[in-house]
Amino acid sequence: MPIRSEPVTVNVGPQHPSTHGVLRLRVTFDGEVILDMEPVFGYLHRGSEKLGEERTYTQVITLTDRLDYVASMTNNQAYVLAAEKLAGIQAPERGMYLRVIAAELQRVASHLVATGFLLNDLGAFATPLMYCFRERERILDLFEMLCGARITLSYMRVGGVFQDAPEDFWPALRKFMADMPHYLDEYEQLLTDNEILVTRTKGVSILNADHALNASVTGPVLRASGLPWDLRKIDPYEIYNRVQFDVPVGKAGDNYDRFKIRIDEMRQSLRIIEQCIDQIGPGPVRAIVPSLIRPPIGDAYGRIEGPKGELGFYLVSDGSIAPYRFKIRSPSLINLTVLRDILIGWKLADMIVTLGSIDINMGEVDR
Amino acid sequence: MLGLGIVNGLIVTMKNFFRKPFTISYPEQRVLQHPRFRGEEFTWYEERCTACASCAKFCPLGIIRIVTHPSGETPTEGDSYAIDAFDIDIGRCMFCGLCVEACPYDALFMGSGFEEAKPSRRNLVITVDHLRAADKRPSTWFRPQLEAQGYDPHKGTEVTWRDAGREHFLYHVPQRPEQESSTATEEGKP
Ligand code: SF4
Ligand code: SF4
Repeated sequence: MPIRSEPVTVNVGPQHPSTHGVLRLRVTFDGEVILDMEPVFGYLHRGSEKLGEERTYTQVITLTDRLDYVASMTNNQAYVLAAEKLAGIQAPERGMYLRVIAAELQRVASHLVATGFLLNDLGAFATPLMYCFRERERILDLFEMLCGARITLSYMRVGGVFQDAPEDFWPALRKFMADMPHYLDEYEQLLTDNEILVTRTKGVSILNADHALNASVTGPVLRASGLPWDLRKIDPYEIYNRVQFDVPVGKAGDNYDRFKIRIDEMRQSLRIIEQCIDQIGPGPVRAIVPSLIRPPIGDAYGRIEGPKGELGFYLVSDGSIAPYRFKIRSPSLINLTVLRDILIGWKLADMIVTLGSIDINMGEVDR
Repeated sequence: MLGLGIVNGLIVTMKNFFRKPFTISYPEQRVLQHPRFRGEEFTWYEERCTACASCAKFCPLGIIRIVTHPSGETPTEGDSYAIDAFDIDIGRCMFCGLCVEACPYDALFMGSGFEEAKPSRRNLVITVDHLRAADKRPSTWFRPQLEAQGYDPHKGTEVTWRDAGREHFLYHVPQRPEQESSTATEEGKP
């Protein structure tokens, strides 16, 4: 006798206001299979875009730290690039190199978090996560040397960085650069051939290139689908046209590719940092900029390739000390929109993994 | 071959098993922060402060409250201001350090501690008496003159306002010989 089953709607996800990263998934299941799902967000909405309109251009930097809180450095970078474009300020060369070094370190840190949590969601409870966090901790130590904070960095300023790196930063960075490839090898040895990981992720939740393109998905999620779209190559900002690196692409666009591409990108980031260390010369790190910037009337859109995708800031100036309009194009929000389409037909256990492989950050989704 | 990946993974696990632990047990052992660490307990030098309130204006959250009155000390030479209140509500402070960056007279420094637990929110407000009595262990954040001395708040002794030196904009922009301090011109305005 066939078992009769009927669809059940379940709310998945922590929704308590005091938890961080609050995302609710309203999922309709038939047994274990997902029939329909809808991400419900907005629980972490802080009105950053509105708050930015009443803060000066320098003060807004502190707001950008709190968007994607595992990648504050790249948020800073995207914002200051937009503000520099708006005000017509050119950062000095050393400042740009420092910004790129910091941003690439941040990319490594963010990908480590993404990889660690993906595996944690997969059921590899805590072990790979702790390995990843061990290395991330060293990056945070480097950030503490640079700017005195570990998460809410506020390191960059419109027109450069706030201050040159201290003397002891460079040996520490070199040591990290020497160690990190071994750690990456270790992760690969631990994970990439692991049968459990491969069976759980290969061929699961495939996002094809067409679909990704139409949904405006960017970052590692898009590249895993096979499109080599990387703003560092396509629209080089800062000094990215002076460094050599490859853009890793995936083939299938499944969860495995999205996991693998992050490990490959970390290697490329290390390559970029290595070249930056070689190329960086002495000089000022900050352009002479009044502390109350009054950009001419107009607008500007600054974008970078953040760890999660294209991170853009759109600023409109009315000539005053605060932006008239402050809009954030956050990659997490836009990448989240494909979740429903790639999940339908898969099982509950795959849902968590797919969510992890897309690597969203709720601070950025809700702003 | 099935199982080879898992064996490979176990080799890594075994390697890590014999490594020195990366974690420390916090209250007994401590990691020393970097001298630039932006901590609580601001270091404030009253001798230097002119009560210009640039720091208060520059704070993104507006949590610094300054109340002054003309001191009447040197009315002929241009009166200075005496400070009645200088409250920093560190319960809301995010330790961004913009107030320190804004101070044109190098009177305000970030602190270097991080252990602040209070039974109520009201106690988290640093008052002027707190600031006067606090240990003068400034963080070297945005204060290159301290960094040039190799000062480390976690190891060295306290720094008096004379030893702390004045930060020069030239430290940040080494190529402009004249003192073109935008910090002073823009924020020094009353
Ligand atoms: S550190 Fe930042 S938030 Fe705290 S008082 Fe200074 S400017 Fe305000
Ligand atoms: S900016 Fe400096 S001098 Fe002015 S009130 Fe604040 S601490 Fe005093």
